[in-house]
Amino acid sequence: MPRRDVIHGSRALAEAVKLCDVKVIAAYPITPQTHIVEDIAKFVANGELKAEYIKVESEHSAMSACIGSSATGARTFTATSSQGLALMYEMLFVASGLRLPIVMANANRAMSAPINIWNDQQDTISVRDCGWLQFYCETNQEVLDYTIQAFKISESKGVYLPSIVCLDGYVLTHTIEPVEIPDKEAVEEFLPPYSPPFFLDPKEPMTLGPLGDPSVYMEFRKEQEKGMEKAYEIIKKVNKEFGEQFGRNYGMIEEYNMENAEIALITLGSVAGTIKDVIDESKEKVGLIKIRTFRPFPKEDLIKALKDVSSVAVIEKDISIGLGEGAVFSELKGILYATNVHPNIINAIVGLGGRDVTKEHIAKIIKECKKPKQEVIWVGLK
Amino acid sequence: MRVALIDVPSYVRCRQVCEASLTATRCWKFARRVEKVSDEELFAWGHKACAGCGAAIAMRLMLKATGRNTIAAQSTGCMEVVSSQYPETAWRIPWIHVAFENAAAVASGIEAALKALGKKEGVNVLAIGGDGGTVDIGLQALSGAVERGHDFTYICYDNEAYMNTGVQRSGATPYGASTTTSPPGALSIGNETPKKDMPAIMVAHRAKYVATACVSFPLDFIEKVKKAVSIKGPAYIHVLTPCPIGWGFPSEKTIEVGRLAVDTGMWALYEVENGETRITYKPNQRKPVKEYLKMQKRFKHLSEEEIEKIDQDIEERWKRLVS
Repeated sequence: MPRRDVIHGSRALAEAVKLCDVKVIAAYPITPQTHIVEDIAKFVANGELKAEYIKVESEHSAMSACIGSSATGARTFTATSSQGLALMYEMLFVASGLRLPIVMANANRAMSAPINIWNDQQDTISVRDCGWLQFYCETNQEVLDYTIQAFKISESKGVYLPSIVCLDGYVLTHTIEPVEIPDKEAVEEFLPPYSPPFFLDPKEPMTLGPLGDPSVYMEFRKEQEKGMEKAYEIIKKVNKEFGEQFGRNYGMIEEYNMENAEIALITLGSVAGTIKDVIDESKEKVGLIKIRTFRPFPKEDLIKALKDVSSVAVIEKDISIGLGEGAVFSELKGILYATNVHPNIINAIVGLGGRDVTKEHIAKIIKECKKPKQEVIWVGLK
Repeated sequence: MRVALIDVPSYVRCRQVCEASLTATRCWKFARRVEKVSDEELFAWGHKACAGCGAAIAMRLMLKATGRNTIAAQSTGCMEVVSSQYPETAWRIPWIHVAFENAAAVASGIEAALKALGKKEGVNVLAIGGDGGTVDIGLQALSGAVERGHDFTYICYDNEAYMNTGVQRSGATPYGASTTTSPPGALSIGNETPKKDMPAIMVAHRAKYVATACVSFPLDFIEKVKKAVSIKGPAYIHVLTPCPIGWGFPSEKTIEVGRLAVDTGMWALYEVENGETRITYKPNQRKPVKEYLKMQKRFKHLSEEEIEKIDQDIEERWKRLVS
């Protein structure tokens, strides 16, 4: 029987790692991620999780060790945040380029400078071109459920790409919520043991990470893109299987109150909860589209969901300095350009560096997005 | 590897290249050491290394010592570039290249995975890096991996500069050497700083086994690698690999240059086990360092005064080593 517990997002993630029978963890402490790796350390110390835990000396080495481990055929996990993710940047490309299905949790946190340990999503948004799948969570239940699904998706034939499960720092990592924790047996049934098609094995020597000259490099990159395309299909399949087995249904996006909506708010992560509250209280015909899977970008789902709305506001916790708008906004405009879906669309930059996003802020954004102009507004800016 | 024991002409030839300078009566011992060297070539020919490349010899000898049951993680550098151009490979063992600064971290992941999967027994884990990838950019990852006590052997092949990118100085470049980023000039004698003592740094980490080697002493190197992989825990071997291009000597002189490095005391062969240092080769009489320096273009600008300084430094280093 699944059990219900009231736990932190970090704990939910650690529970998922335990349920997934991860064999190797390599991690380095960084706030607000530390609870995750502390809980895992306890599981390993108690023998609840039979795994090797490498206490590396940096995030760069964390990802390097994960690459070595995953390439040797072990299910591998790490967790990080912000500066730590940035220090891994070089290795993120290698992990996806070598097609290693590592799963990483990222406690979303602002980037320095000034140094700031609080939540926004600049860290993971900034690594969107590294070839990793990215899933954003609204609740601690989603954190647990998506971590389990991430292993299955990443390890699927034709995908073999790593995943980042994104949970907002503090807002989820340090907040307790009721979470249903499935049985180990049920997870084992859902997620078969990791058996990669190739790995470092003296019985069958293989060269991994060769030099790829101009005559072959582009083909490798194209294969990665094909892996992402395959992931789009596999995510939907895995979401369905998960729903059938555990009764919680997920999709690439979540639509809330979108039937007959004239205004669509689009966001990622935990702020969706606040937005849902505002929608419930609003007299406007307003709905929410929550992007769960940011990579691969859910193009078709978004176009379909937006075809009947007149106004859209993209609410996001990141900013592309120099373009003057958030990345999700840019990407959404990009995919709509080639369609005949052209609602009025604005971009609200919110919550950078942990600035509180209030219901009043959301109400203001709803008001702004009805005006017939395309603009970027910073909400909550002093 | 088989050797004929022992007719006079071959003994004379033997004598010319003998790393141990043995007398005839002790020569049979040496021959027995040679006999133990594996015939198996796990670093395949046909790779793209330069003629006379010392590092390629090190790779070949290293794998003769470890055998097939070995997984290697290699940092970016000469030996990675020449050995792994897709779709070809020189590696007849499982081998992975990830990046420049992290061979030791990757190896720690490999070792942990083998342990977690119950496959570690009998499998050697190697990390291989050049001097730049080891003493400079890879130092942190190496320090972490050794301190954590992973059961692996790190091989640093040292050609004393960033040869793959065109001979820029590294922390392992010796005092006075000319490189493309330490050229001698009106205000410069070449590389201004002494070579970083990487083996000492590894001893300070309490690595289980630390040794130096040189490709001109193949048996010494092979035996040290065998010992390193047989010891549980982290081991470190620093092998000097002369580079004809970067050092400026004819490509047929690699072994000779390496021998002179050792015979002049520029490079000492020793091992450190449980805190005990043992010198594994002692030149009968140390040759003047000038003999070594004059063979190489990178030192040809040095004045007598500078050469004298280098000689004095060798004396001091020797004293510290034997004390």
